[in-house]
Amino acid sequence: MSDALDVLDQVGKWKAGGKGVAIATVITTWGSSPRPVGSQLGVDDTGAMVGSVSGGCIEGAVVKEALAAIADGKPRLLDFGVTDEQAWDVGLACGGKVQVFVEKVN
Amino acid sequence: MKAETLAALQEARHKRHALALATRLSDAAETLIYQDKALGAQASDETLLSAARRALEIGRSETVDVGGERIFLNVYVPPPRLIIVGAVHIAQSLAPMASLLDFDVTVVDPRRAFATDSRFPGVKVMQEWADEAFEKMGLDRSTAVVTLTHDPKLDDPALEYALKSEVFYIGALGSRKTHAKRRERLAEAGITEEQFTRVHGPVGLNIGAKSPAEIAISILGQIVEVRARRLEAMSAPKVAAA
Repeated sequence: MSDALDVLDQVGKWKAGGKGVAIATVITTWGSSPRPVGSQLGVDDTGAMVGSVSGGCIEGAVVKEALAAIADGKPRLLDFGVTDEQAWDVGLACGGKVQVFVEKVN
Repeated sequence: MKAETLAALQEARHKRHALALATRLSDAAETLIYQDKALGAQASDETLLSAARRALEIGRSETVDVGGERIFLNVYVPPPRLIIVGAVHIAQSLAPMASLLDFDVTVVDPRRAFATDSRFPGVKVMQEWADEAFEKMGLDRSTAVVTLTHDPKLDDPALEYALKSEVFYIGALGSRKTHAKRRERLAEAGITEEQFTRVHGPVGLNIGAKSPAEIAISILGQIVEVRARRLEAMSAPKVAAA
């Protein structure tokens, strides 16, 4: 299930089943980053995940924001990287930076 | 993302069409850009459309600035396809492994005893001669072809057909000796020495593979490498002519 298109399939199934769903997408990377631009993570309203936006380093934080986006319907732009203030708890061990866009599927 | 957008992306995948989804980051407004049309919020923004068409051409997603707005172009290209000629033991390892790598896999073999769905759960199986099956499927630049039958009357027509197409990878199972004989036979059929160099044979990376699963890994390692190098070359900035 590494492919973005499989993420969309699962997201579609969740949506058809009446669940609240959000999609997070890697939109920019700097330096070494585990997943390329366009990689996606689907999240349902119970916190279930499909796909990935990193090697597992930032998924926890992204799911939190995805749940908030499902609740209020607003898109979010998240920055992760070693220079970020969150570096000690949520950062990329590889030293890269990524920007992730999170939006609810309406 | 709108539900209609999600449906459009899924439909394009089903039909093996490429498309780009442009999302304006300030308000999540969406535009779908196909090869021949555009739909949505910025469907008549020529600057955006030309950026999206370029992204589609090289198959790479990126964030661009258009009129002071940041717009993310997500490119969805159809998954690569692997056609395995010969529903043999190695194919039973190769097919599921290739599926894991997101290849759209089809196994082709005219022999009834081999080409059964029960030997290949979850994979398309065509009980046909390779050249006839290829004609129906249409070989494109995102397709790889591997012949595994060891039988010239099954493998050769498949290789001949594949060599006349744009497929990105052609591999043929068999020893150096078998491969040399194959070269002679295909030369008689009008395949030039230069054309024949496109056939990877003996197939796969040289990792000392012996079992069917090991051979499948060596073949897939080679296919992944060839594909990555080609995508790298396509997305590299073009060198200006001197």
